[in-house]
Amino acid sequence: MSAAHWRRAMNRGAGQAQPLRDRFVAAASASSSVLQDRSPPGGRGPGAFGGATTVGQPSFGFWQALMRALGMLRLRHLAALLLLLAFPWIGNDFLTYQIGAQALALGLITLSLTFLGGYGGMISLAQMSIAGVAGYTVAILGASGAEISLGWPWWAAVAFGLGFAVLSASFVGWLSVRTEGIYTIMITLAFGVAFYYLALQNYSLFNGFQGFQRVHAPEVFGVSFRKPLPFYFLCLACALAAYLLVKWTIRTPFGIALQGVRDNPRRMAALGFDVTAHRVAAYGLAGLLAGLGGVLLVWYNGLITPGSINTGWLINVLVMAVLGGMSHPLGAFLGALVFVLLQTFAIDLFDRERFNLVIGAVFLLIVLFSPDGLLGLWSGLRKRMTK
Amino acid sequence: MKTDKPRFVRTVVSGAVALLLAGAAYAQGQAVKIGLLATLEGPFAAGGADGMRGAELAVKQRGGTVAGRKVEIIKASSNANPDVAVNAARKLVEQDKVDILVGPLSGSEGIAVKDYSRGQPQTTFINGGSGAQATTLVNPSPNFFRFNTEGAQWMVGLGKAAISKGYKRVMVIAEDYAFPYSQVQGFMSEFCRLGGKVPIKAWVPLGGKDYASTIARIPKDVDALLVVLGGADAVNFLNQYEAAGGDKPILGGSITVSQDVLNYKGKRRESLVGTLSAGPLADAFDGADWKAFVEDYRKNYPVSAGGYPSPSLFAFVYYTNMKAALDGLEAAGGDLSNNHQKYRAALSKLELKTPTGIVRLDANRQAIGTTFVTEVVKDASGNLLNKVHSKVDGVEQLLGMKKEEFQIGSRDVPACP
Repeated sequence: MSAAHWRRAMNRGAGQAQPLRDRFVAAASASSSVLQDRSPPGGRGPGAFGGATTVGQPSFGFWQALMRALGMLRLRHLAALLLLLAFPWIGNDFLTYQIGAQALALGLITLSLTFLGGYGGMISLAQMSIAGVAGYTVAILGASGAEISLGWPWWAAVAFGLGFAVLSASFVGWLSVRTEGIYTIMITLAFGVAFYYLALQNYSLFNGFQGFQRVHAPEVFGVSFRKPLPFYFLCLACALAAYLLVKWTIRTPFGIALQGVRDNPRRMAALGFDVTAHRVAAYGLAGLLAGLGGVLLVWYNGLITPGSINTGWLINVLVMAVLGGMSHPLGAFLGALVFVLLQTFAIDLFDRERFNLVIGAVFLLIVLFSPDGLLGLWSGLRKRMTK
Repeated sequence: MKTDKPRFVRTVVSGAVALLLAGAAYAQGQAVKIGLLATLEGPFAAGGADGMRGAELAVKQRGGTVAGRKVEIIKASSNANPDVAVNAARKLVEQDKVDILVGPLSGSEGIAVKDYSRGQPQTTFINGGSGAQATTLVNPSPNFFRFNTEGAQWMVGLGKAAISKGYKRVMVIAEDYAFPYSQVQGFMSEFCRLGGKVPIKAWVPLGGKDYASTIARIPKDVDALLVVLGGADAVNFLNQYEAAGGDKPILGGSITVSQDVLNYKGKRRESLVGTLSAGPLADAFDGADWKAFVEDYRKNYPVSAGGYPSPSLFAFVYYTNMKAALDGLEAAGGDLSNNHQKYRAALSKLELKTPTGIVRLDANRQAIGTTFVTEVVKDASGNLLNKVHSKVDGVEQLLGMKKEEFQIGSRDVPACP
């Protein structure tokens, strides 16, 4: 969603045609008391928006948002949903598991970067490490082939995994939010590389180079999530939930303030928003998405080793995000799908010893002809059609 | 769009025809599909490419057919990470529907692919180059076979050779992961049994650059150092050990005394003469089968075409495993019916003729084979090369121990301070 988009969305939501900029000014000048009321470190910053811009409008409840979203359902949404639900019967087990489930799990991790980058203006290279924190936690606390695993029930391991992912993501955010652009990238990359070496060289906790084997998805109510079909639907449910969560979040006062921070942090600070708190909270939420993706990915692979969180994978998440386009949450999943398809089938298209050339060439072409990835290609096409 | 329509129709029609033809060929039961998985990316890319050469050589020697059926090879690549290896194996097995999979190359990949093989009873898995002990010792899979010996077996004979040189106390300096653990175990289990002592083991990180603290820990009273470091790490260690004035004789692991080390130009070059190491092959071995194998490799993959002057370890193990896959097919008459029942029985009983001698399988479908102890010597023109010191046949995975007393090598196992 571009800046113009969210302004429009914002205006539609509030039932006013007044440009946002004016409303900020109005909010600031009209009620300075509102700004003082705002809970300072909470990060949600509901004061300014809650007080001034949502007058006469129902609050942003999740269920209301859901109902409204249902009202906005279009034929193409239904078609996409049907296609996703029917996919396992269109393809075979291999396509369901290796292409479908893997793309959804990687897409979740990419979504965390798309959310941070597209709506918060922060490019973090540590998202795969955050996913790795969750994956390692599940392997260490849950059951695996290594002796040092504690063998807790899966739900406890997953809960702790997601919790640690959010904590570590908030920590990375807290470390890096005062920086901009290339420096954010460097700090998050440093965190990712440090975590890789920690996992590689620590034996008492991370089991070093060998990592954890046989970390399998659990069996719940007689359904074994190791099987391709149940696992695909588990990934699909998580991905849909995360997608809707992001779509909902960007319309809450927090999400809109976050986009304000992206576009002009100094003005937002001047308006009384705690820029740092908004950014750290965005990192925390992205950590939840990445952690969820990390848990699914460790179940998908059935193992986790330092190789799952090395520099190559840190960069791959960025590649998927750019490939799909960062202007809409959908881009994350599109990018992951194309990436997985290339990784799997490029070797059939070209000389088997040089198939990485295909992957590189496709990436280069997409970025060259559409700076906004596949989504950019799509919207460009649509513009040309409607012309 | 309109102009594209005929082309689209043509594509669909030709695609359908191709599918039909492929289906017909499959129905006749002609070709045996063999998936070949090695690392064509990442740190072992060069080794993986040579492994592929070795496997292809075994197919070429049979003229591309076995038991009247054509052999079709489908290659896949990984980057030495187990998750990537399993993804590549899954594509070969479930999408390309190979009958037999040969691979992967490195240790942790092997364990992961073995775990995956348990859920795919319709496919027979034969190892490529991976040498982790746990692959066949812990939770072995009934359809995973390994015709190469592994890290611990490769060091058998070195302990005895060290004792005969008069080394009683040896310090271990090795990288901190599974392969060196198994190498150290292979050496120590024999060395300790013959009365040797290992007072200190120094585990250093893989790819480490600074060995000063390790060198400072070397006690005065040890007779020799067992150095299990790979390629660049070994050269770095030698340089720093020389700079620190060290003069202890060195025992090497299977990948330590490589050509990089033999080309070493430092002052201690002379002291490398007499260095013992052990491994599954020796360039200077003068067995007739080995010489024929090297000759064949050189003819098919001359240095000008990217081959090595002599087949590498990976070419040798991939050749061995692919040869086993084909010899087994020959013995079973190409019969892969009934979930490969006849084929697997043939593989289990196979007396495989390899360039270094006969290989048989144990109850866990792990190879029992030959190990060479080699010694560095100087030839007339002053070049250093590895000469065969002794040859040990019939080396078993449990290193002569009973099943109950055997433990997989780790940082603390075995110990004899």
